[in-house]
Amino acid sequence: MIAELGHFSLVLALLTAIVQATVPLWGAWRGDAGLIGIAPFAAAAQFLFVALAFFALMHAYVVSDFSVVNVFENSHSLKPILYKLSGLWGNHEGSLILWVLILTLFGLAVAFGGGNLPPAFRARALAVQGMISVGFLAFSLATSNPFLRLDPAPLEGRDLNPLLQDPGLAFHPPALYLGYVGFSMAFSFAIAALIEGRVDAAWARWVRPWTLAAWCALTLGIAMGSWWAYYELGWGGWWFWDPVENASFMPWLAGTALLHSAIVVEKRSALKSWTILLAIITFALSLMGTFLVRSGVLTSVHAFATDPARGVFILGLLVVAIGGSLLLYGVRAPALKAEGLFAPISREAGMVLNNLLLATACGGVLIGTLYPLFLDAVGGGTVSVGPPYFERVFVPLMVPLLLAMAAAPLLPWKRGDLRGLGQRLGVVAAAALALALFTWARMSDASPLPACGVALAAWVSGSVLLELGQRLKLFTVPFGESLSRARHLPRAAWGMTLAHLGVAVFVAGVTASTAWRIEAIQLMRPGDTVTVAGYDLTFESEGEVAGPNYMARRGTFTVRRNGDIVTLLYPEKRFYPSQQTSTTEAAIHTTWLADLYAVLGDPAEGGAWSTRVYYNPLVPWIWLGCLAMVAGGAVSLTDRRHRVGAPVRRRAAQPAAAE
Amino acid sequence: MRGLALALFVLAALPALAVEPGEMLADPALEARARAISQDLRCLVCQNQSIDDSGADLAHDLRVLVRERLAAGDSDAEVLAYVVARYGDYVLLDPPFQASTWALWLGPFGLLGVAGFGVAHYVRRQARRPDPAPAPLSAAETERLRRVLNGPESA
Repeated sequence: MIAELGHFSLVLALLTAIVQATVPLWGAWRGDAGLIGIAPFAAAAQFLFVALAFFALMHAYVVSDFSVVNVFENSHSLKPILYKLSGLWGNHEGSLILWVLILTLFGLAVAFGGGNLPPAFRARALAVQGMISVGFLAFSLATSNPFLRLDPAPLEGRDLNPLLQDPGLAFHPPALYLGYVGFSMAFSFAIAALIEGRVDAAWARWVRPWTLAAWCALTLGIAMGSWWAYYELGWGGWWFWDPVENASFMPWLAGTALLHSAIVVEKRSALKSWTILLAIITFALSLMGTFLVRSGVLTSVHAFATDPARGVFILGLLVVAIGGSLLLYGVRAPALKAEGLFAPISREAGMVLNNLLLATACGGVLIGTLYPLFLDAVGGGTVSVGPPYFERVFVPLMVPLLLAMAAAPLLPWKRGDLRGLGQRLGVVAAAALALALFTWARMSDASPLPACGVALAAWVSGSVLLELGQRLKLFTVPFGESLSRARHLPRAAWGMTLAHLGVAVFVAGVTASTAWRIEAIQLMRPGDTVTVAGYDLTFESEGEVAGPNYMARRGTFTVRRNGDIVTLLYPEKRFYPSQQTSTTEAAIHTTWLADLYAVLGDPAEGGAWSTRVYYNPLVPWIWLGCLAMVAGGAVSLTDRRHRVGAPVRRRAAQPAAAE
Repeated sequence: MRGLALALFVLAALPALAVEPGEMLADPALEARARAISQDLRCLVCQNQSIDDSGADLAHDLRVLVRERLAAGDSDAEVLAYVVARYGDYVLLDPPFQASTWALWLGPFGLLGVAGFGVAHYVRRQARRPDPAPAPLSAAETERLRRVLNGPESA
């Protein structure tokens, strides 16, 4: 009964979405305040209906109602409650409902939180949101209904893939979706602006918080996913350039570019039409990310849907959404005139370089991800595009990006000079170089690349601190005055400092963990000891433990350093009878400067077990860096200019729009 | 008890336990080369995993094969050529540069070149343009300004 209510509610949501997608648009066209006024209420009603459907489905999961196919296929009565809940979005049908729920939640926020938006503009943006909603709800109802019943109802469910039963992965999809859907706001605002034919500083200021919030969520989601891969897949890798990972990484790259170009629109009224295009591209990539994973085109752990009918629907939806918006862009964009001019050496130019490199990197990832499909489709044979390709394309693009990232914030808007920049950054460059030489000598690597990575991290962090120091006039004025300057520094400036420092920390973590990881693979009998990076790990014993829905073999390792016990490690190998699969649970001891990572392998003859121990230097910095980026974004979101809102555009006062 | 151990051993679909201790070569230099080669070879029955990361049987066989060839004195290139001769280019995670992959390898750098050229052209052209005069005030704005400057009574 509750499932049927959910189903019915979903149909009502679709009808409301159709109203939201059409009536306000018509009203804004006609200038009819009554019709425009419908938009917020349609958004609210739609949210209500989708939320009802969502909670109806969640109820089925919580009470393990296996008469619902979706619950039967993805849940199990013995599963811990967290994974019953996360099972809802651990599959294709349920994750679509979560997607739409987040979409309508954002719509609600615009309808009732965006008080400073002109009503006509808000109505148009909400109408675009409504169109996206129509697409998703129609897709869900037509091909991926989560409320279908089974008769007779089975006694037990098939359970969720054990790999997905993990706290890190329970929250990974919602965070990703917050990001994808957040970018839909930037998209809707861009389309609304194209319809109105004007883009100005106020527009950029409205778009920025949404983009920033989406970017934070996406960063967090990707970081959680890679953290999960690190501790769950059992050999310490954290990024594999898997198509599914790339699908979330491409919107991130484009979104990062958008974040920066929107600043130029806001502060300098330049790069308008490019920013609009980026908003469209970012959301198009988000859509592709949502669907590439779902359509079965890319087969991987995430690709639950392998139904051709869905594939055709998805393709149609992508063509309409992306093609339609690009068409509108082609017609309207030439009318957008850049007002702010800038010299080739200026902060704007730095942002342009940032956008060029990020967009190219995004294009490279796109080419590498789709090339095997493309080649196969044109009958060119099969090809594998793996990590070596992506590293060779991506890393060379990131080096100039990091070099420029240090310089651009130190340049003034409009016009800067290289000599002054060189004078200010000379010290940082010298320090980075010295650190690189020291690292190279100290680690005696064959390749200079790790030292270069360290130098880049030092270069970025050094310049960020230099920039902060200059803003605070540190050491040039009394300390008290610097402190007062720190208090009055805009939050956005603190946000940038924090996020850019996060990038430096991330780069250091990636470099060190890639270059200097130590691995030991061996057979061990209880009592055996292996020494890795100065740690002595003794394999004490191995025994059986029972979990709520799995059985596990658990090894006990004592970790000693210079004879003193540091910690005990308990790596596990779990077996899930419901799915007949096993997972490895690595045991990790972190010092924040390095991880000691132990994995229990398979039993061998004579009571021995294969074990693997890794020493991963600076690997926690990868995720600390991501967290710093997210925190930077969050701090920037609290900036005063977002709280007090954008200046109100006076239509009557500016009849000369860009048209 | 042994039953579970056996079940684990037999049914482990995703043990993700790549290189096994028994496979490894005694010579660390040779083993390091084997690891590097393994990272560039695709596990053909897996989803986007190298044979170095995969626990599948086929990956195991290929790892052993790579080590046999290395132990027999093959160079890295000879080992790769041997594997490709048996399994085709698809086995290479690092796609070779050939007619079918020109677009793949040159695409990103071509993109950078074209976009970079366009951007440089745009930046230089717009920088040479004189700063546009601010848009003239509209009638309503002139009116507002006058009021602000002169006070409302003079309106």
